[in-house]
Amino acid sequence: MSIPENLKYTKEHEWLSLDGDVATVGITAFAAESLGDIVFVQLPDAGSTVTAGEVFGEVESTKSVSELYAPVSGEVVEVNEATSDRPEVINSDPYTEGWLLKVRLTGDVPELLDAAAYAALTQEN
Amino acid sequence: MSKETSLHGVHKGLGALFTDFAGWSMPVRYASELAEHKAVREAAGLFDLSHMAEIHVTGQEAADVLDFALVGNLTGVKPGRARYTMICNPEGGVLDDLVVYRLADEHYLVVANAGNAQIVADALEERVAGFDAVVDDRSETTALIAVQGPNAAAIIGAVTDADLGALKYYASVPAVVKGHDVLLARTGYTGEDGFELFVNADEAPALWRLLMDAGEPHGLVPAGLACRDTLRLEAGMPLYGNELSVEQSPFEAGLGRVVKFEKPGDFVGRAALEERSKADVPRVRVGLKGTGRRAPRHGYRVLSGDTGIGEVTSGALSPTLGYPIAMAYVDRAYAEPGTELSVDIRGRIEPVEVVALPFYSRA
Repeated sequence: MSIPENLKYTKEHEWLSLDGDVATVGITAFAAESLGDIVFVQLPDAGSTVTAGEVFGEVESTKSVSELYAPVSGEVVEVNEATSDRPEVINSDPYTEGWLLKVRLTGDVPELLDAAAYAALTQEN
Repeated sequence: MSKETSLHGVHKGLGALFTDFAGWSMPVRYASELAEHKAVREAAGLFDLSHMAEIHVTGQEAADVLDFALVGNLTGVKPGRARYTMICNPEGGVLDDLVVYRLADEHYLVVANAGNAQIVADALEERVAGFDAVVDDRSETTALIAVQGPNAAAIIGAVTDADLGALKYYASVPAVVKGHDVLLARTGYTGEDGFELFVNADEAPALWRLLMDAGEPHGLVPAGLACRDTLRLEAGMPLYGNELSVEQSPFEAGLGRVVKFEKPGDFVGRAALEERSKADVPRVRVGLKGTGRRAPRHGYRVLSGDTGIGEVTSGALSPTLGYPIAMAYVDRAYAEPGTELSVDIRGRIEPVEVVALPFYSRA
């Protein structure tokens, strides 16, 4: 299972990459694989705000529904519209084409896992 | 600790993801459940169904005991044919839905759902008392492998000399598949043509591998329980625990046709079912078709305006049709196809339309 070194991770199986004060957020390959084929994703609108640790959307596979938890607080500046027409990109390219949100941070970045710590977490599961 | 079928090692080797289903560790999918679903609709899929129960009833009064124990007319089934039927409790509640194969004049095979295996075996054991017949639960030593899809006949034809042209839907025949003795049945739960092969559990891995080899040129892929569920949903087939329960009679599930009051003699549940067949059922099982991509799911409320008028029993974004489909029980006033309703999908009210079942039938 791929876990890129350059990203940060949450225990809820989201990834985050920071570029200045804008964070790009997605779900990990481990999460996508566990869900199965993703057929629908519900994301907030650009301009809305998300709060670290709170639900910001949901992702549905054929068999299940999972909530998405924001790894950071801030304003949503961009939403990956491609995931609404082609949610399967979250399975095929969870770290690139399958990104979900770009969030302009307000406040501090909470403590996140590095790739090694996240790898250890997924091995426990 | 979940039970494992004799094919567990084979599934592991194929990289299956497992799920606990009715106390069994079963493959939920091997790679993509959507690809597996599509393969069954367009080519063929290979399923391990060894978690299901195989209970044999033999003896001079085998037909009589099943006419007494089940709601169907099993005396009327010719040897070599099979019947979809149900077993009810004395109150008329459905204990399980079954496929019963008549293998010979005095030999029947009752196939029950894994989740109800013990209930059905116990009920048959109890109901055989006083009859000249024997109930023999061979679930432990029997494996069941299904080949389902439009290419199934080509695949099975390549590995057996059995006359498949003569093997009609809901028929079975003893056959030899590359040296393995099987009961070859033309039955399934996918809405496609297909076969189910009953075989000794210890021969199942070899049978699976030879079917994979024979099927590969025909697009056969291993298929898990996830796609089995979406396939049967598209075909409008009920699943015990979702569309069927002990609280309901066959009439309340819209399947009253399986109850054969005209058969001679008493049967378990007869008096109660005669009463329950006369009453207008409060709720009717219907199909629902949605828009967009959000699927109504098991337990969600069905609404007319703001009023709750039913509940979803199964639902998914249909892989074949591309829109959300669901089965639901709704108040009978709202059961007419074309009725506009809505479903509360986790707080969002999504429009749905009542449609006739099945959602999908093969050309």
